[in-house]
Amino acid sequence: MLSIKKLILSVVATAFLATPALAGRGSDGQLNIIYWQAPSIQNPYLSGGTKDIESSSLVLEPLAYYDENGNMVPALAAEIPTIENGGVSADLNSITWKLKSGVVWSDGSAFTSADVVFSGDYCMHPEGGCNAAPFFNDVTSIEALDDLTVKITFGVAKPYPYGPFVGTTAPIIQKAQFENCMGAKAPECTTENFGPIGTGPFKVTEFKANDVVLYAMNERFREEGKPHFSNIVFKGGGDAASAARSVLETGEFDYAWNLQVEPEILAKMVEAGKGTIVTAFGTSVERLMVQFTNPDAALGDKRGTVEGGPHPYLADAAVRKALSLAIDRQILVDAGYGAAGQVTCNVLPAPAIFASTANDSCKVQDIAQANKLLDDAGWVRGSDGIRAKGGVRLSILYQTSTNSVRQGTQALIKQMWGEIGIETELKNISASVFFGGDQSSPDTFQKFFSDIEMYTNNFDGTDPESYMGSWACKAIPSPANQWIGNNMPRFCDPAYDALLAEMSQTAAIEDRARLAMAMNDMLMQAGAIIPLIHRGGVSAHANTLKGVRMNEWDSELWNVKDWHR
Amino acid sequence: MFRYTIRRLLFAIPTLIVISFIIFALLDLAPGDPTASLPLTIDAETRAMIRLSLGLGEPFHIRYLAWLNQFFINEPLNIVEQWFGFEFSGSAERLRIRSWSTRSPVVDLIIERTPQTLWVVGMSYVVGILIAIPIGVISAYRQYSWFDQAGTLFSMLGFSVPTFFTGLLLIVIFSTIVPSDSWLWLPSIYDTTHRVVDWDSFVYQVRQMIMPVMVLALFNAAQISRFMRSSMLDNLTQDYVRTARSKGMKERVVVMVHVLRNSLIPVVTVIALGVPQIFGGAIITEQIFRVNGLGALLIVGIEAADIPLVQTLTFIFAVLIVGFNLIADLLYGILDPRIRYD
Repeated sequence: MLSIKKLILSVVATAFLATPALAGRGSDGQLNIIYWQAPSIQNPYLSGGTKDIESSSLVLEPLAYYDENGNMVPALAAEIPTIENGGVSADLNSITWKLKSGVVWSDGSAFTSADVVFSGDYCMHPEGGCNAAPFFNDVTSIEALDDLTVKITFGVAKPYPYGPFVGTTAPIIQKAQFENCMGAKAPECTTENFGPIGTGPFKVTEFKANDVVLYAMNERFREEGKPHFSNIVFKGGGDAASAARSVLETGEFDYAWNLQVEPEILAKMVEAGKGTIVTAFGTSVERLMVQFTNPDAALGDKRGTVEGGPHPYLADAAVRKALSLAIDRQILVDAGYGAAGQVTCNVLPAPAIFASTANDSCKVQDIAQANKLLDDAGWVRGSDGIRAKGGVRLSILYQTSTNSVRQGTQALIKQMWGEIGIETELKNISASVFFGGDQSSPDTFQKFFSDIEMYTNNFDGTDPESYMGSWACKAIPSPANQWIGNNMPRFCDPAYDALLAEMSQTAAIEDRARLAMAMNDMLMQAGAIIPLIHRGGVSAHANTLKGVRMNEWDSELWNVKDWHR
Repeated sequence: MFRYTIRRLLFAIPTLIVISFIIFALLDLAPGDPTASLPLTIDAETRAMIRLSLGLGEPFHIRYLAWLNQFFINEPLNIVEQWFGFEFSGSAERLRIRSWSTRSPVVDLIIERTPQTLWVVGMSYVVGILIAIPIGVISAYRQYSWFDQAGTLFSMLGFSVPTFFTGLLLIVIFSTIVPSDSWLWLPSIYDTTHRVVDWDSFVYQVRQMIMPVMVLALFNAAQISRFMRSSMLDNLTQDYVRTARSKGMKERVVVMVHVLRNSLIPVVTVIALGVPQIFGGAIITEQIFRVNGLGALLIVGIEAADIPLVQTLTFIFAVLIVGFNLIADLLYGILDPRIRYD
């Protein structure tokens, strides 16, 4: 009798042990996620940043995601269109997406191509202020061929036509819900913007702006038995360190995002044994931009423009090269980034096939070589130890945004440059001013009224064409174009522009990679940009949470449907 | 008294208009860009379009007048509509002050945030007062005793140790070191969606309020106990105290009835003047415990350059400060019959 009871118990027990992940929809209870920047809105097209886009990715889906390796994975699409399967036209002017059949919105209505067409119209409306508009560049029309087929036509040949509706920044919203929220009306639809109806694994049940979002599982989600969690509490606010603590030490939360915390503090928290740090590397590079034009205030309107003439000493290639050689990048990583950083010598560090190895010599600091370069170029140390030539002193004004890690990096680099006889004055500017486009402020990163500036940039998706276009001659910011453009160094080389033009006509991925690498190498050899650190995303999850595949190419929560206990 | 009140109220109107103009102009002139927090991958043309969609294309005076209209006419009308359930004509077209980061009406955000701020910060004020008054009374009555010394030390600590330190210290002790299954364990993150429906949920609400409330109460109590002590000391040496004692009154009656009541007059006004701070929230403490009340809302607004939100919140604080100044003055007159303003 006893043994039969034992037998039954053990069978029951093993049955539970063997299939934890296969248990039914919602069987794993509540998932607690903390983002130290709280979501402000659930409509990613009107969002203020990553926090909104990633939280809304629990609800809204694009046609395809990028997975953790940067490969496209169909979400609402049946397959990824290519030239081979006929989805991309041979002249590269259009792409035709086939949608999955039988998908329904969380309110039960059918998902069709009309929703896709509507989402495009919504974002391309000139008065809507849609922040995903760059994804729809050159789109001339989006049309529904039938209920499950959408054709997107471009005005120019698009060798990489995966801008619209790929990745969670440009997902599909429901036509029926947002129909009356087009253009200038978009911001007024608070109910819709706070609670979009989606096709994703979860739906919004309560939204408190800049505080907390509650989600419940979407009973109508198309995948059997998913999601595994029945509901999500998505809390926001506070700072990165306490968010890390809530997962790694107190265990109140299961997942914490973007933990920009001093490496040693994070390491100490991990010792508590409750959670794990996950990192992933995308395309973000912390870099120094080198000013090629003269930022002297005495030039008035011509300050920092090509017309104002070349920089008094940074126009000398030897100085630019010496600045890069003198930096010990590994120290910068260890001091400020830890697991979240890697030394890099490229402004285009990823995806792997786009990463050049031609500049890897920068990985090792070489003070002697840097000193020799400056000696040979005629920059002689004065009585104060600072080099000068013809009355021009090597005194650098080095600016960046206000941020404790950046100020730490600045101090280290100042010391390193001091070793080669270069004086550095440090300046930091509030991020909302530095990155803001205020025309009246002299401190924006486009105006760049200093000698060196530092910040991080990256690109969406995996194709670097528009990113490399940042350093074309026409992208130089100047008063004539209201200081718009990302060519901060004011780098201009016809050979570079020629490579860019060639890339815009080239479809084969190997050829695109070759061209992108050649452009990266030109920028590196010219010393227009001094790359420092390849930055990754750092998040933490509780040890009991399984299935996290940390992703820098798309929302970190992209595969939340597979997460389980 | 009545005429005085009316005069003060009328005088408050131009004061508030000047304040609203200064706040609006300062924030408008301050550098900052609502699109600065967007990812750098968003290009400049898109940013310009977003700025236009936020209404930044209009000149300053138009935006100021629009804001005045929205704040003083449209929003009160909306509140009246909500309370009484009827609609004025044109209620659909009535423009509301909208936050740039959430695109939702600012007033709704403020109403949503007010309960947790009032509960946590208000409770800490009450607890602070309840701690401070006995400390102040005993410290003064037994001046230079060990209790007085300890009370002085306590208020020194409360004044000088910042809340971000005491808050963190409490979290480390009660959320990290204390095991999470112990009854002593306290949550470090405030759950704003928690609803009190039964005894257990009430207990949880108390537990999650303990740490933020105590951190703030320590700070408040430090201040008020000093006021209470010095006010008591002033009164204890007065002639009427000697008279009361010489009439043969019990010491308890002398201190608790005569001295305490008279000493409370200045303290009550200090307390009234402090009330607007409750609405202002406790920026740092709210941030540490993620209470996400009005203080946290203000900080998020500033960080995101969400100017309509910051303008409106700051102005509401200004209104409260002006209002409670008036209340403090009137209270003074009511409590102390010797003071009359007319």
